[in-house]
Amino acid sequence: MKIALIDYGAGNLRSVANALREIGADPTIASGPQDLEGATHLILPGVGSFGDCMSELTKRGLVEPIREWVKQGRPYLGICLGYQILFDSSEESPGVSGLGLFRGAVRRFKEVDSLKIPHMGWNSVIPTHPEQELWSELGAEPFFYYVHSFFPVPDDPSVIAAQTEYGADRFAAAIGQDKLFACQYHPEKSQDAGLRLIRNFLIFTEKDLELAATAP
Amino acid sequence: MLAKRIIPCLDVTDGRVVKGVNFVDLIDAGDPVECALAYNAQQADELVFLDITASSDNRGTMVDVVRRTAEHCFIPLTVGGGIRTVENMREMLLAGADKVAINTSAVNHPDLVDAGAKAFGSQCVVVAIDAKREGPGKWGVYTHGGRTPVGLDAVEWAREIWRRGAGEILLTSMDADGTQAGYDLGLTAAVSSAVGIPVIASGGAGNLDHMVDVLDAGKADAVLAASIFHFGKHTVGEAKEHFAARGIPVRPITRTFRATPE
Repeated sequence: MKIALIDYGAGNLRSVANALREIGADPTIASGPQDLEGATHLILPGVGSFGDCMSELTKRGLVEPIREWVKQGRPYLGICLGYQILFDSSEESPGVSGLGLFRGAVRRFKEVDSLKIPHMGWNSVIPTHPEQELWSELGAEPFFYYVHSFFPVPDDPSVIAAQTEYGADRFAAAIGQDKLFACQYHPEKSQDAGLRLIRNFLIFTEKDLELAATAP
Repeated sequence: MLAKRIIPCLDVTDGRVVKGVNFVDLIDAGDPVECALAYNAQQADELVFLDITASSDNRGTMVDVVRRTAEHCFIPLTVGGGIRTVENMREMLLAGADKVAINTSAVNHPDLVDAGAKAFGSQCVVVAIDAKREGPGKWGVYTHGGRTPVGLDAVEWAREIWRRGAGEILLTSMDADGTQAGYDLGLTAAVSSAVGIPVIASGGAGNLDHMVDVLDAGKADAVLAASIFHFGKHTVGEAKEHFAARGIPVRPITRTFRATPE
């Protein structure tokens, strides 16, 4: 197993790397296409803006390799911006194209009465298919840590893997397709639930993983 | 449903926790990393480190504390004290902090709020406001631990930093701080209603009902507390049970997951 953690200069790379080490995995920092050689998993974390993320990935020659990777159905974990950029566009950065791997746009929470933006804190996540291995041992509606003002709205609702309620919006907290999982919340900051989810993702995408042997 | 957050705060000077923390299971109660891990084990929702000496000499020590904490503590971490520039912010965020809190430096240079939000996103920028009652329904902004009035109205200042891109407000009542007689509900409700960003209430927690009051009548999104937890009077878990019984949404305590055997 080689987990490539994409570094585009603004992500919360260290938090994700720390979380991976905590569960016994050892990530490789990837800041260019050459670093993806031999990788089995790709993780794209993210903090920053949609536009900055796309322009940094472009500068580093990572846009096409990531698109190819996802199109081939290889294991991909997208967190926050790593989720949002899978879509066509974002209200955060008008005119900037995303990776366009999923149809839909990223929208901002509507400023309605007493709704605080950013959506910040721990909120419950309702899986669409709780029986899937990915959600194993997480309970019916696990809490994860959120901090965001924007969220993707997929055109095809069948890709939605989980939902969360905030204000008037019930938004797509996560999407899933084959070996791709991408979420708006931060598993690397969601304590036990987050570590469990990352570990479930690694095991689910690679059955003969060494991590499986050290299951608690 | 979005949970109300419980945030223990550790005051640090020269890399040591001050005011003292009295957990039975700690070998060294003055070590901030050890204290942070104890709160992590209690499933606190977030943690705040405040460097109360806030000298530039201390920043390197604080960076090291943050880095070591972030290695094993998987909840959001806010660091404040002595952060004066975008570079200072970057240093803390790279070490593993998720947010930085600025107070005096925001008052002196409000542009720092805009610059921080632009560089790292609003979610990284917490503005701490120390407020003191100056009349009925009126609170002034103070710096230097409540000694220096800066001539700003607390509610107006809160609105300004919100417009400048702050992601959250850490609001301390200088009147209530240290009294353990309850939070200033009027102040908290006034600020929380005036802005569209979350407000963390601080100062005055003496018991769990005080926290319930400020989350409820005070319209706070989170509570910050120090002594009530530090001296083992209550655990974070007890606070959550107390809140839940009173209809306040909390992140329930879960079974601890250990990836690797001890």
